[in-house]
Amino acid sequence: MPTTEIIRQFDPVKDNLLNILHALQNNHPHNYLTEEALEETARYLKLTKAAVFGVAGYYSMFSLRPRGRFIVRVCISPVCEVMKIHALFPVIEKELGIKAGETTKNGLFTLETAECLGQCQEAPSMMINDKVYNNLSGEKIREILSEIRSQNS
Amino acid sequence: MIQETRIVLKNAGKIDPENIEDYLKAGGYEGLRKALSMEPAEVIDELLEAGLRGRGGAGFSTGMKQRFTSETCLRCPQRYVVVNADEGEPGTFKDRVIMEQDPHLFLEGTIIAAWAIQATKGYIYLRGEYADSIKKTKKAIEDAYDKGHLGKHIMGTEFSFDVEIRLGAGSYLCGEELTMLESLEGKRGTPRIKPPFPAEKGLFGMPTLVNNVETLANAPLILSRGKAWYQSIGTERSHGTKIFTISGQVNKPGCYELPMGATLEQLIELAGGMRNGQPFKAALLGGAAGTFADSSMLKERMTYDNLKEKGATLGSGAVIVLAEEDSVEKILHNCLRFFRHESCGKCVPCRTGTTMLVKRSEQLLKGDADSKALVRQMLHESELMAATSLCPLGQSPILPIKSAARYFLEH
Repeated sequence: MPTTEIIRQFDPVKDNLLNILHALQNNHPHNYLTEEALEETARYLKLTKAAVFGVAGYYSMFSLRPRGRFIVRVCISPVCEVMKIHALFPVIEKELGIKAGETTKNGLFTLETAECLGQCQEAPSMMINDKVYNNLSGEKIREILSEIRSQNS
Repeated sequence: MIQETRIVLKNAGKIDPENIEDYLKAGGYEGLRKALSMEPAEVIDELLEAGLRGRGGAGFSTGMKQRFTSETCLRCPQRYVVVNADEGEPGTFKDRVIMEQDPHLFLEGTIIAAWAIQATKGYIYLRGEYADSIKKTKKAIEDAYDKGHLGKHIMGTEFSFDVEIRLGAGSYLCGEELTMLESLEGKRGTPRIKPPFPAEKGLFGMPTLVNNVETLANAPLILSRGKAWYQSIGTERSHGTKIFTISGQVNKPGCYELPMGATLEQLIELAGGMRNGQPFKAALLGGAAGTFADSSMLKERMTYDNLKEKGATLGSGAVIVLAEEDSVEKILHNCLRFFRHESCGKCVPCRTGTTMLVKRSEQLLKGDADSKALVRQMLHESELMAATSLCPLGQSPILPIKSAARYFLEH
């Protein structure tokens, strides 16, 4: 969907800013907010460019740089630490061949750390885009990633 | 063994959360019907006398908060209800369970709150990562509109109320009420100076009530079953239930609703006991902005007041259990790292303080420095931060540090 159409789904009120940014980012194949999209949002809501860029840069769910189609967000909170996520994180890094904050060369995955995802009853946990994966183990992680790969190759 | 007292979670897992008919069959929206037959001030009195207190962590009287909001600025053209659904405290997932399994319950509570303070517009500030909660809440709102429980002339009365979802975007700090209002206004999530409190000058400068999901989920029950019933649950001074989310080294981590005043020991037993029978070492109560408890706290009654008296917190109801093999230092370090990540940077003591505390706790973990001196320094610095920071984030690191020092660290 073109940027203008996405933005115009929302009323031009300031309190819609975060909802608009979410919609714009989710619509972009590289999961990020482009400069043009932010500028258009600023014009639509009658905000300064600085205000909109400031907001986009502040919240950790938004990215100002292109990312992969799938954002792997691994919870590193105290509960997941007790449940030994630190031992699994290297497995994910190795499987993807990237470190936290990086994107795979084929543009499929970006690896990120996340604060508590609220899935503590079945920790350790991660999210890939909107989907939650719990009770992670090395084997389970490999299965999840290879399934996504095979569906998107 | 103690049994769960499921009042807020009574429908959880039993009804289809996406079918309003199921909720109605279970007695849903009767609390709202009752509320609308009463004067707004009577609704507030009912909640006040029932003894309902904020379940987000602060434990402030909900009725008082509603009364303040309803009595300020009578000439203001607008009053708002904001639902704090931005659950982000590590180890906490009670609001997610309510939203995913019984979204109409807190939505009904929201409409009751709106009637009580005579608000005509509400926002649900929902955590951006909670995809399933967002989906279920959206559906609940649509269905409530269809049934005439939202919108114009609710249940055939003169009362009208609209509610919309606004998504958070990954900032823990936005779970703090004044920061949430900044964020709702389309700004960066940084705290405001208080006073003025939201009750006087909240969203867009108007009187605003900010209530947590679990708090609001209690309101329909109190209205439909009466304050006397509610008062009969819990202890003499703390009424009702609390949903605890217990995680870590227990056999059955999860969400358990217990009467106020249950003990940590009872909760652990209910959660299947210690994982693989390991010895209990500690519990982190209330998440990162919470306190460590050792085995001397196992038999203490978990109420807001009793835990406070003992230097501990009930907070959001998060209970992270550690066994002998776990390191309190490591978990403390994780909490401090979390605060560094989430500090918004507005107050210098918090911005630099959270970074300094992480450095010191790294040294503590390495064990190559004088640990007594390090802990003393961390205590001193976190105290300074607490005294000089605007919002609860800068005031929080002292909680896990002080309690860890008290029970576990050399100092």
